[in-house]
Amino acid sequence: MAESDVKLIGAWPSPFVLRARIALNIKHVDYEFVEEKFGSKSELLLKSNPVHKKIPVLLHAGKPICESLIIVEYVDETWTSGSSILPSDPYDRAIARFWAAYVDEKFFPSMKGIAAAPNEEAKKAALEQVESGLAFLEEAFGKISKGKPFFGGEQIGHIDIAFGSLLAWLRVTEKTTGLKLLDQAKTTPQLAKWAETFCQHPAVSGVMPETEKLAEFAKLLFAKMKGINPQ
Amino acid sequence: MAEENRVTLHGFWASPYSKRVELALKLKGIPYEYVEEDLRNKSQLLLKYNPVHKKVPVLVHNGKPIAESLVVLEYIDETWKNAPKLLPEDPHTRSQVRFWASFLQQQLFESVLKVLKTEGETQEKALKQVSEKLNLLEEGLKSFYSDGNPCIDIEHVGLHDLVLVSFFGGYKVYEELLGIKLLDPEKTPLIYSRLTALADLPLVKETLPPPEKVVALLR
Repeated sequence: MAESDVKLIGAWPSPFVLRARIALNIKHVDYEFVEEKFGSKSELLLKSNPVHKKIPVLLHAGKPICESLIIVEYVDETWTSGSSILPSDPYDRAIARFWAAYVDEKFFPSMKGIAAAPNEEAKKAALEQVESGLAFLEEAFGKISKGKPFFGGEQIGHIDIAFGSLLAWLRVTEKTTGLKLLDQAKTTPQLAKWAETFCQHPAVSGVMPETEKLAEFAKLLFAKMKGINPQ
Repeated sequence: MAEENRVTLHGFWASPYSKRVELALKLKGIPYEYVEEDLRNKSQLLLKYNPVHKKVPVLVHNGKPIAESLVVLEYIDETWKNAPKLLPEDPHTRSQVRFWASFLQQQLFESVLKVLKTEGETQEKALKQVSEKLNLLEEGLKSFYSDGNPCIDIEHVGLHDLVLVSFFGGYKVYEELLGIKLLDPEKTPLIYSRLTALADLPLVKETLPPPEKVVALLR
């Protein structure tokens, strides 16, 4: 069997892997998905990402690219098929990169903070952080989308990918806390609508994890984490 | 004053994030106005320009603000296309430059700060972490520069170089002041040679803050 030119090492639950898959789908790139087994790291992964030993790793003609947002930019720069992921104007690009970094450095950790909260008070504080993050993103969406369906305008862009990849985990969080975080009626009407549109997009719908399946996985993951003895 | 092509940088003298943006502006010969922010008493303008993080640096170009130093650096590189090119043309090499810039920023910085701020056993642990991360960086740079180590001059400075020198430029003074060894030319020769070449550039020397002052601020 011929060696595939494009390989993605990943796992279905990971939002970071999802980013790479969406980007590749947007560009209509054929790739081999190399699924990592839960709880172990393959030789290929350790060899391709010796620094972080993490997924996703994109292998293009044997050369590895690591870190999900770096992969997305690489895909955008390498393949001209499909639509552009980053805008063409330098200022708009800076805005896109700013919000993608915000999702990674502030928003995602605040989401994790809910699950990791040791007591009700910590959980409440974490939830407030997530809610204020969503308020920022709701405002940003209004300014950046300019009335179009995505942050990227008519098509999915960099911020859509960075933030949209977290939607399944956000839904699992809503399930476990019983709270509506993306709220059509009250706090985040634009984002609630955007989330629906995003998940139905052909580049996303086939790869976005189902909430039920992910919720089951989350239980497994947290059980495993609690079962590990701290050193 | 006309807004046309007006560049303002809101920064803080001791912030490596702020300094790397200053370095980029100076290296590219971009005229700019500098606003020193008092981080205990941030200006209304800063809070308006960066409501999300309320941090420096913020670059304002033609009245439009950009925050987050790495984002600012890429913006500068895309807007002023003269040398030095902070990012190369080739997508794979670009991804590597971004990778190492991000590694330096996220992995190395925490440990370096700890070393500068602490003492005794805590400092020992932090030093060990710095050493491990530097080894990883050395290995990575070896393959990155496998075609040969390009010389450092003001026309050839990359994004990752700016991150490296803004964090580590004052390393010798930190070592002297704190009686520690941060960088070993024998263990990490590539990092050592790049860093010293960068730190020796006159523009870099005159831009980076006096390391003694930075240590005094932290301790």
